[in-house]
Amino acid sequence: MTALDSTPPTRIRSRPRRLSPRDRLTLTLMAGVPTVLTVGFVWIPALLSMVLSFSSWPGIGGVSSIHWVGLQNYRTIFTIYPEFTPAVQHNLLWLAVFFCLPAPLGLFLAVQLDKQIRFSRFYQNVLFMPVVLSLALIGFMTELIFSPTQGLINNLTGHAGQHGMIDWLGDPKLNIWAVLVMACWRQTGYIMIMYLAGLKSVDPAMKEAAALDGANQWQTFRHVVWPALRSINVVVLVITVVESLRAFDIVYVINHGTNGLQLLSVLVTDNIIGEASRIGFGSALATILLLISMAFIVPYLITVFRKDQRG
Amino acid sequence: MAQPSAANRQSTLAAPDTIAQPFSRRSLLRGALMATGALAVPSFLTGCSSSSGGSGGGKTVSIGSNAAIPEPKGAYQTLFNQVQQTTGLTVNVNWVDHNTFQQNITTYLQGNPQDVFSWFAGERMQFFAAQGLLSNVDDVWAKIGANYTDAMKAQSKGADGHYYFVPFDYYPWAVYYSKSLWASKGYTAPTTWDDFIALAKKMKGDGLIPMAFTDKDGWPAMGTFDYLNMRINGYDFHIDLMRNGTKWNTPQVKAVFDQWRELIPYYSPGFLGLTWQEGAQQLLNKQAGMMVLGLDQIGTIFTGAQADDLGFFAFPEINPTYGQDSVEAPIDGFMMSRSPKNKAGAQSVLEYLGTAAAQQLWLGSNPADIATASGVDTTKYTAPQAASVQLIQGAKHLSQFMDRDTRPDFADPVMLPAIQQFLNNPDGAAGILSNIDKQAKTIWASNG
Repeated sequence: MTALDSTPPTRIRSRPRRLSPRDRLTLTLMAGVPTVLTVGFVWIPALLSMVLSFSSWPGIGGVSSIHWVGLQNYRTIFTIYPEFTPAVQHNLLWLAVFFCLPAPLGLFLAVQLDKQIRFSRFYQNVLFMPVVLSLALIGFMTELIFSPTQGLINNLTGHAGQHGMIDWLGDPKLNIWAVLVMACWRQTGYIMIMYLAGLKSVDPAMKEAAALDGANQWQTFRHVVWPALRSINVVVLVITVVESLRAFDIVYVINHGTNGLQLLSVLVTDNIIGEASRIGFGSALATILLLISMAFIVPYLITVFRKDQRG
Repeated sequence: MAQPSAANRQSTLAAPDTIAQPFSRRSLLRGALMATGALAVPSFLTGCSSSSGGSGGGKTVSIGSNAAIPEPKGAYQTLFNQVQQTTGLTVNVNWVDHNTFQQNITTYLQGNPQDVFSWFAGERMQFFAAQGLLSNVDDVWAKIGANYTDAMKAQSKGADGHYYFVPFDYYPWAVYYSKSLWASKGYTAPTTWDDFIALAKKMKGDGLIPMAFTDKDGWPAMGTFDYLNMRINGYDFHIDLMRNGTKWNTPQVKAVFDQWRELIPYYSPGFLGLTWQEGAQQLLNKQAGMMVLGLDQIGTIFTGAQADDLGFFAFPEINPTYGQDSVEAPIDGFMMSRSPKNKAGAQSVLEYLGTAAAQQLWLGSNPADIATASGVDTTKYTAPQAASVQLIQGAKHLSQFMDRDTRPDFADPVMLPAIQQFLNNPDGAAGILSNIDKQAKTIWASNG
């Protein structure tokens, strides 16, 4: 009753204070626990990795055996580490291909499936199925399909013999493309399901209205559906960047990410995990990977927050 | 990464004609997991704990074994049962997947390791001995010394002259072939490089792949490098190169790659996309004439009735100064952790493992290796096993394999891709070597 008597401005100001202690506890737990976990398990280790990237440490003998070497690791990476340049190139190639193929193809498929054609559910399931498989499993499938002597493609096309064999997995100019075909196959289903969810939220009445106004299918898509998909586009953009930078399993299965399949994630693993590791060197690689991801993620976050403020 | 013996342990399980087998599934999944974690934290948490040592563990001895998959595990289980009977101790085994064990060895030894655990000879053993992560086993050697040759003794010592390793089994690398194929074509084993190339040429004329060669896994090519280097520059140069890493950009090493270039035209087509199992199949199916590999691998492909069809000859002579005096023979065995809970028990287990009786019992189910101790009943060996003993005993020097003779942080991260790069582009050897040299210098100058 007192609430009714108070003036609106004070009501708004006092509103947050009206949370019961229990609500406050719940909110603190819900926001606090994940924050503590993320800071503890992601940010602190990430910062420690950055610190370690200026050191030389085999991981034996505790913290006292760490030697500080300044920028030595970075200098080595940029001057004499031959795996680094191809790894960066492959990561960027991966990103470019993911933008150019699975993203538009996924959108195209989603728009087709959204038209309620016959067997729509069936197509949807078939196209989404690869997303369920882990990239590691897709690595095994890549070998079954592309193996030069025993693979499906070479045997079907008669290139499995000694003469005229196509070395899909061993030729460093070819194998990255074989892997990308398989990665795109999976990624397309992923993007498709994103857009499909977005399309479901487009009000059918608007499409009908457009049709009544005499818009053709392309015009309806261009002026009604596409603007409504803006928020999904941002999600797809982020997913594409994240998926291409964290690519790892599929090449690790095939040849541990050597000979034409180098990726930054593999180089980090190779140098840190092992019988005797170059932890400082691997951390420097990890820091570079972190900076590259930042270059994509930070501008995105800035745009998103700016929009929120305006809205 | 896969090592020769690791590959063997896996291949004994999987049928040789499946293609996805040169790595274990588990190590792969772990690798995938690690990748996620590795970006966040490089084992910062693992470096601090130390084992709760002490003696007087009484009648139990713990063993860390890297033979988790059924085939070697069964053989080791029989062996460890016999250990219990012989020593009167209770043996408690921790089975770990081979590659997992290998990759975690640093963490494992700094944590709470088992009293006795499986490992390899060479720099790989010396590296950890030098870090103070092992106990010396001089007391054990006082009792088992008579079972071993001087070459074996040398391979079991750390840089400080103490023994740290008890050898158990080993196997040679050589040039393998199918005896029946050779008999039908009338080939004879070459001893010099010129004969070797002439034979390869003849095989090519006969429609065969002269040399089955595969390097998708990266490590199989290291065996060829080791042999070429030992034949051209001698054992001492090779070991010095592996241990000190100072002479990579020299005419001597350049000569190794020049010699290697002559072989490449005779290799399996598409060899960088093939696993060693696929290469061994080419040999088994008589599509290929020869293959440079270890008995530990090829012996798991030529099994049963085909075992006796497997012939081999020593890698041919190139420089007469060194002839064929060195044999690549990786040795597997056991070591004792820094502070075992039951030191006396661990010593008596190691004493038993260092006897011919123990090794013979284990070899009963593994015809792809030979015993390291003298006094094994050789009549029970298959033809390739018996011939391997002769090859090794005739050798003046035993090398361990590139990834066992050099620093672990150099072999796989630097040499493996460098050799693949050379095989892709044999004319670029000079640039590749100067790059290896620069990387070797930074790695040896650093401590990790």
